[in-house]
Amino acid sequence: MNVQHRAYMHTLAQLFVVFLKLGPSTFGGGYAMITAIERETVDKKHWLQPGEVGDMVSVAGSAPGGVAVNSAAFVGYRLAGVPGAVTAVIGIILPTFVIVFALSIFGAIFKDVPKVEAALKGVHAAVVALIIVAAYKVGKTSIFDASTLVIAGLSVLVLLFTTLNTIYLILGGPVLGMAVIAAKRALGMAALTEKEAQDNRLEINVPEYYI
Amino acid sequence: MLWQLFFVFLKIGCISFGGGYAIIALIQREVVGAGWMEGQQFQELVALAGMAPGSIATNTATLIGYSQMGIPGAAMATIGIILPSLLIVILFASIFLRLQGNSWVRASFYGLRPIITGLIMYAAIHFAAGGTNRSLLNWSTLGMVIICAGCLLAVLKFKIHPFAVILLSAVAGIVLF
Repeated sequence: MNVQHRAYMHTLAQLFVVFLKLGPSTFGGGYAMITAIERETVDKKHWLQPGEVGDMVSVAGSAPGGVAVNSAAFVGYRLAGVPGAVTAVIGIILPTFVIVFALSIFGAIFKDVPKVEAALKGVHAAVVALIIVAAYKVGKTSIFDASTLVIAGLSVLVLLFTTLNTIYLILGGPVLGMAVIAAKRALGMAALTEKEAQDNRLEINVPEYYI
Repeated sequence: MLWQLFFVFLKIGCISFGGGYAIIALIQREVVGAGWMEGQQFQELVALAGMAPGSIATNTATLIGYSQMGIPGAAMATIGIILPSLLIVILFASIFLRLQGNSWVRASFYGLRPIITGLIMYAAIHFAAGGTNRSLLNWSTLGMVIICAGCLLAVLKFKIHPFAVILLSAVAGIVLF
């Protein structure tokens, strides 16, 4: 077994363990998870750059399926190719798979106990907070000029007040992006497509006390 | 039957954009239509699936598979609903990582990222609204707002692990409600 192979197996094992740990905390599924995934993969393991979280969520959100599972697949693929994606997905699915069984056995017993309901209400509030944190983190790298702010605001309004299918919004995003950038270039304006890298480096060092 | 479970959920997995609650109606149509269970029994399974961590759609698939064919059925249904997204994410990720430097790809993500941000904000609003009763000013809503604000502070300022935040909120819920 050569060194490269061993390093690869080590990466796969790490992917499995990290996402196995993340699995049980995916309450509310999807976006609440982004906060936890970001913490593990960016802050602790340094697998992704802070700016890449936005890309991860964009790719994960534009494919069908749950955002959390798709994010796991993205990180796994980015680090170790197709086997990495499969390993990460198995890691994140396994705990829920087991918990679902445990619940199907105990759920019927505890469903009507008032204190369990109270605990679930508390969890519900926490999930809302985690989703807000995810929106804040992703928004920090994706909203940095007037056009991106307008696009984000409009998409919230469309989601709140129309029944338009999400898929059209997701398909519309790239079209809008290319149109805005092309228009800006045609008008001779500066057209940054990403927040400047320097900002990201600053954000690592400065704690977020201003929140 | 095992393959039937697999293919039904494979089909659902292909079109489960947005994940979660949006596709529950779709699953119900397939499952009740196939005569696997009654609508009432299906609703109970969905409530149970919502209590477990993870995507509610995947959990529902697991429970339906389990109710039909035991553990092998649960595994088949789960793999079926996961497989399409796994393949599509790998495809998207490979395209994205290869073309990352391309200025048109950058421009598309420039437009896509704020929309995803909007989706997440909407998810927060939607989820918050789901937890409150019709009347806004009562003890329950106030308690939820307090817990939510406390969680924001804990995660953003004190860098407490999200899982610990969830556990603490469960305790807070028991104390407050």
